[in-house]
Order: sequence, then structure tokens, then C-alpha cells
Amino acid sequence: MARMKMAGDALANDPFAAAFATQDIQGRSLWIDAWHRLLKNRAAVASGSTMFLMVLAVVFGPMLSPWAPDFTDWEHTASPPSLVNGHWFGTDAVGRDILVRTLEGGRISLLVGLVATLVSLVIGVSYGSVAGYYGGVTDRMMMRIVDIIYALPFMFFVILLMVVFGRHIILIFVAIGAVNWLDMARIVRGQTLGLKNTEFVEAAQACGVSDKAIIVRHIVPNLLGVVMVYVTLTIPHVILVESFLSFLGLGVQEPMSSWGALVNDGAQDMESSPWTLIFPATFLAVTLYCFNYIGDGMRDALDPKDRV
Amino acid sequence: MTEPVLRVQDLAVYFSSRTGSLLRREERVLRAVDGISFDLNPGETLGIVGESGSGKSTLARAILGLLSPNRGRVLWMGEDLTRLEAEPMRQKRKELQIVFQDPVASLNPRMTAGSIIAEPLWTFYPQMESLQVEERTRGMMKMVGLLPNQINRYPHEFSGGQCQRIGIARSLVLNPKLLICDEPVSALDVSIQAQIINLLRDLQKKLGLALIFVAHDLSIVRHISDRVMVMYMGRSMEVAEKTALYRRPLHPYSRALMKSVLIPDPVRAREVKQEVWLKGDMPSPFSPPRGCIFHSRCPYQVPRCQADVPALRRMENGNWVACHRAEELDLSI
Repeated sequence: MARMKMAGDALANDPFAAAFATQDIQGRSLWIDAWHRLLKNRAAVASGSTMFLMVLAVVFGPMLSPWAPDFTDWEHTASPPSLVNGHWFGTDAVGRDILVRTLEGGRISLLVGLVATLVSLVIGVSYGSVAGYYGGVTDRMMMRIVDIIYALPFMFFVILLMVVFGRHIILIFVAIGAVNWLDMARIVRGQTLGLKNTEFVEAAQACGVSDKAIIVRHIVPNLLGVVMVYVTLTIPHVILVESFLSFLGLGVQEPMSSWGALVNDGAQDMESSPWTLIFPATFLAVTLYCFNYIGDGMRDALDPKDRV
Repeated sequence: MTEPVLRVQDLAVYFSSRTGSLLRREERVLRAVDGISFDLNPGETLGIVGESGSGKSTLARAILGLLSPNRGRVLWMGEDLTRLEAEPMRQKRKELQIVFQDPVASLNPRMTAGSIIAEPLWTFYPQMESLQVEERTRGMMKMVGLLPNQINRYPHEFSGGQCQRIGIARSLVLNPKLLICDEPVSALDVSIQAQIINLLRDLQKKLGLALIFVAHDLSIVRHISDRVMVMYMGRSMEVAEKTALYRRPLHPYSRALMKSVLIPDPVRAREVKQEVWLKGDMPSPFSPPRGCIFHSRCPYQVPRCQADVPALRRMENGNWVACHRAEELDLSI
């Protein structure tokens, strides 16, 4: 009450205070705070910019290139990088341009990383938060299912899928997504267990808010920070898994390509034409580094207490 | 005589904890609240005091159905809340509200003050127009002494006292008839405590609320309550009118509590000579003493206290006490 009176007095003789008291003040959410902290992290900003350029390059690069990814330049097979013949990154043994193939492969690699992570994000967050929030028997049942799927050997699962459905890019999304949401669900469940006993969740229960609204409005926004950090670390992991599958010959099929497949091809000609290995491998490594730095930066930004 | 709005009868909440190895499982039962009964009249304030771990907060949560009691009844306007199905109970939550101890922890850090206060409205009146919701939210902010133009700010941009005002606004936005305050000021600075207490008292008068005020600070309870219940290890030791309790407590434990209040005046404190009355610590809640639960620390104990559990009985002056020797002892302060 005293505060109100003070505000009233100030209103009478101070136009600035009058404006202050009548105009709505825009609050600064924790997300905005975290964003500003992230912008101060040089490694994260540099990595973010690099990734932005990388995405631009893989999306628009192949359109600008004079070569098609499956075009065979018989005059320049196994050509080293050269500005003269237009193959800046060189060509492989059958004369395909490495630059355009690296960019094309990047499309697949980044797409796999993004889609599989997104799938695991959606399934993992909803599954984990429901299991954690309801607890008890529901929780135990749901998490045992996760344990069972977790126990399936991943490679066996992939090979089985390939045998039954044939090799297809969608299957890679499915296979990776099916395994990755398990980790996400576990992380989210753990966070939910901590959050559901907080006073603000109890307050919501006391206000009669439905379980669904509590999960959507109170639980998920508060665990999203941890989840986002995990996502930025999952994307490179997924890219790596796809590369591994492609390296084993279980991944994408010719003429499509991915960084993993290109590294595999390049590794076979490593001695005669090392550029077929070096360029795709560099792109892959840079991407993985960038995502890891972004993840690190986000972890620091979202949880400033942890920073030393 | 008016009908009490709330009657709590023989309410008990037990927690069990399993210990030991896989083969030798032991289940230990903690009687957090063990057979509490009291009535609350409309517009009345009941203070609940007791040491840490005496079951005050558990009792508060059990009354609201946030914990399910193992025994007993909670009659709200004659209806037993412990037997209600989920949906009717949810509807009752409009009338029963709670203010929490930690003002910052009780607000979702990702929501603005406005949406925190408006959430109960969204829940119970989903068809209400957003303009109307906002108007009501601003009204509530004004009522609890916040500037309505801070509606879009986040909890971390407010002080502890302001956060508690937001919590109070949220609990009052549905026009409840009973407000339970679970140590609403113990996390605040002393200067802010007075503001919040006075705010609660003003609002109670204005809105005609029945109030249950849980605290361990006896001077605050004295300031705000009409009647006071003294709890010890999940049981009620004494339920008495405020003035009677603070002048002449009937239970040795009540007296011990009253004597432990610090006197904020060094000269007087020296004259009064503060005696330490309570011996030792509270016994383990897993193995409470037989007979009177307080006998292990009571300076007046007699053999009978170790054998029989004293019932909470009504004394001549209308107050209730659970002590075998209440008549013979003079515990005036």
C-alpha cells in the first residue's frame, strides 16, 4: 500500500515517473538474457557464423557450380585441385567434381543431423516428461521400454532394416532417430523428476491446472535449456553416425552422397589422390567442431551459475 | 454460533521410507501428521506453530489435497475433501488457496508476472476474454501493492517481497474463501515481513477470508492470529485463543516455545533472564517416544506420561490441551 502511495506522489511532480508508472515495462526473459550471454562467447559466435555460411554453401553452392554432382569429366579424371580446369577441389577417379560433391554430401549429412535430431527431440521430450511427471508405475513401465530398445544392438537393427526395406535415405533417419530419442527421453525424465517437486509446480497443482498444462507450461520450458544443449551435441553425433554407416556402405546410395560416403571413397584413393579425402573430411570436422563449440557456449549461457 | 467453514478431523499423513539391503527390506514409517483435529470459523485466522519438522507444512498440504492423507477427514463446508474425485476436487481448488514459503521458487521463472497471476483464470475460465483477464490481473497487482505496469516482467526482475506479492495475487485471483499461508515470510527480510503480514491482514479483512497461518516465528503468529495451534512431532499439543496462549499456556511445550522468543531489548532481556527450557533435541521421528510424545523433553514429566497418550481435551476456558497435568501446572509467563 505504501508503495502505491509513493508512486502516486511521484506521479504528481515528476513527468518521467508518471511515464514510468503508466507505461508497461517490457521484461527481460531468461531466454533473452541467455542469448545476450551467448553473443559474448566468441567461440560460439564464430562457430555459429561458420555454420551459417556452411548451410548457405551446401544449400546454394551446388546450384552455382558449373558441374553437376554426377557429371563425369573424362578429360580431368583424378585431377588435383586446380583453378585452371575449374575443379577447385579436384576430381575423383571417375572425374566427378569434389567441390560440388562435398556440398551435395553436406546437404544429406546436415539434413540427417537435423531431421533425426528433431525427431528424437519431439519424441524424447514428450515421452520423458510424461514418464517423469506421472512417476510410479507409468514411469517404470515407460522407462523399461526405453531400456529394452536401448539393449538392441544398433548395427544389427540397421542391417535388419536395410535387408527388409532395401537401402533408402528415409531408413537412415528412422534408424538414427529411433535410437537417439532414448537418450533424450532419459535426460528429460531426469530433469522432470527434479522439476515436478518445485514449489511453482505445486502452486500450479494447487490452482487446479491440468497435468497437460503443467507439463507444457511449467515443466518443458524449464528443461528446454538442458535439452537445447543436448540437441547441439546430438546433431554432430548423428552426422557422425551417418558417416559411419556410409563408411561401412550401409548409408546413402550412389549417385547420392554424404560426407561419410565421400570420406569412405576418398580413403580408398588416399595414396594416389589425397584431396578426395582431405576436402570432405575437413568439412565434416569443421562442422563437428562448430556444433560442439555452440553447445558449449549454450551451456554456459543458459546456466551462468556453472561458469567458473 | 457460526458454523465452521473447515473442520479437520483426526487427519494423519504417514511417509514410509525403505532402507536396508535388497534381501532385508525394512520399512520405516514417519508419522508427519498424526491425528490432528481443529475447526476454523469464517473470517478467522488460525496460527500453526511448532519447531522445524513438526509437520506444519505437511498438514497444510494435506488439507489442500496436495498430499493424500492416510486417515481422517477434511470437511470443507460440510463436504469431505479427502473423498472427492479428481474433477470435483479440482473445482474446489477455486475456494482453497495457498501461499508458499519461498517466494522465488514458487514462481515459474519462464513466465511473466502477468501470466503467473492469470494462470488460475485461464484454468477455470478458459472462455474468458484475454482483455478481461488482463484487466483482472492488473487489478490484482494493484490490490497487492504492485505497479500494474510491471505485468510483463519476469520473477527474477522482482525482489523477494515483490515475488511474494505476486504469489499472493495468484492465490487470491479466484476469490478463494480459505487461504493457507505456509511460512509466507520466513524467507524475507524482517522489514519486508511486516509489509507482507500487514498486506495479508488487510486483504483478509477486505475479502473476509479464513486464514491458516503456518509459521515458526511466534511474534508474527501472535500479530496475525485469533487462535493458535501448537504442533509437536505431528500432533497438536494445544489449541488456544491467542491471548490465553501467550499469557498462560497450558502445555509445557507451548511454554517452552513462548519462552524461547527473543526479546529485542537487551535491558529487558537481562531482567527476564531467558531460561533454556527445552532439553535436548527432538527425538527421531521414526521412533517417537511412547506415551506423551513430549515426555522425553518435558521438565514436568511423571511416570504416567510414559505410559498413556494424553488426549486433546477441552479445558474450562474453552481451549484445548493434550497434557495429563494441565490442571495442576501453572505455566504462566
